[in-house]
Amino acid sequence: MDAAWVPLLLSLKVAGCATLLNLFLGVGAGFALARYRFPGRDLLDAVLTLPMVLPPTVLGYYLLVLIGKKGPLGAWLFDHFGIQLIFTWQGAVIAATLVAFPLVLKSARAAFEGVDPQLERAARVLGLGEWAVFFRVSLPMAWRGILAGVLLAFARALGEFGATLMVAGSIPGRTQTLSVAVYEAVQAGQDDTANFLVLITSLTCILVLLSAGRLAPARPLA
Amino acid sequence: MTLAISFKTMRLCAIAALAACSWLSAQAAELTVSAAASLSNAFKEMAPAFEAQHPGTKLLFNFAASDALLAQIARGAPVDVLATADQETMDKAEQQKLLQPGSRHNFVANSLVLVSPLQGGPQAKSLADLASPEFKRIALGKPEGVPAGRYAKAALESAKLWAAVEPKAVYAQNVRQALDYVARGEVEAGFVYATDAAVQKDKVKLLFSVPTQTPISYPIAAVAGSANAVDARKFIAYVLSPAGQAVLARYGFQQP
Repeated sequence: MDAAWVPLLLSLKVAGCATLLNLFLGVGAGFALARYRFPGRDLLDAVLTLPMVLPPTVLGYYLLVLIGKKGPLGAWLFDHFGIQLIFTWQGAVIAATLVAFPLVLKSARAAFEGVDPQLERAARVLGLGEWAVFFRVSLPMAWRGILAGVLLAFARALGEFGATLMVAGSIPGRTQTLSVAVYEAVQAGQDDTANFLVLITSLTCILVLLSAGRLAPARPLA
Repeated sequence: MTLAISFKTMRLCAIAALAACSWLSAQAAELTVSAAASLSNAFKEMAPAFEAQHPGTKLLFNFAASDALLAQIARGAPVDVLATADQETMDKAEQQKLLQPGSRHNFVANSLVLVSPLQGGPQAKSLADLASPEFKRIALGKPEGVPAGRYAKAALESAKLWAAVEPKAVYAQNVRQALDYVARGEVEAGFVYATDAAVQKDKVKLLFSVPTQTPISYPIAAVAGSANAVDARKFIAYVLSPAGQAVLARYGFQQP
């Protein structure tokens, strides 16, 4: 049963990297959508939210066509840097990032929109630059809402299956994440392995939820 | 008031949902055939002719790797006919008493081949060439769940090349996925059946055929739990008939 820890660690690594990426991408895009008006903003919001509603197989196919060896981005990466993303754990990170991205974006946008613009204006009047306003006023006030979205994104990335299977395949020890390993075990009729993996997955998710409850205080202090 | 309306709406919705379900399940005489992924094109082509000969019977296909099909049936999937790409999986089904006694027949034979992407794929003349660094990734069905993968692994093991190929292996859910990996150029080579290679002639090239330890012959049998045993036997008879065999031959399958 040692083999069960390999997919678990891989899943945590993939979900962790995806969440870290989404922390920057989602918070940045959420802030931009909340604070700036520009033509096509609603369209951009809709496109960025698309991964939440599209079937993961559709996303997997888009990724396969885009970053595959024959895809425009994949061919460029391969020719210039010798990077191949398909069948690598980095490919799994890209799939998980894409699928979980809207969860951070949505909560970050809502959280930034909930910050009173007067406070930001006051900070500017008091002489703070734009970056300082963001890091000392906007971000601290929106933090709780963002954190909730980030934890949801982590859970979603941990459970990612469809797009991951299409992009990263199922190579034991390299790209076979927990959810893929469960699928493989059930397909092969190995119920013992499946039972163990399912138990591990459930316990891990309970741990994530419990620590999420601890991280976020029950009520805001102010 | 609003509560009453919402209850009424819910009840209407429930009735509509039930009606939709019963309408969907009311289709009479459906015959579910679980077949190895490599059979998909040939079996799909047989369907209209068989249905024309047997009015009122509707064929439903479930294509996957043979082991996955067995796992589904062992868990009680309502399947009438099982066709696998190897004897081993069918033997397991027989041992678990999942087949109707006497309904098992071998209906076609196939051969294993090595393919590479048509454009830019490296050349190889024998299995030994797979050890060269030119081949970075090699697709094959996962040996624990896909017969084509088992045949490939056994061939590599007997050539003492498994240790060299295993680190490069990219495992597919079924043989058609391995074919797709090659067709997209994501791997330098892949193990598939000769019949699969023929389906994607415009994207993959056949390097050579791989001698296998055991001959590749496909068995078909009626499933014990079948609710439609008569039609199940009729479909098996059709597959074995000259008309069925002609379709299979057109896709490159050989006589058993």
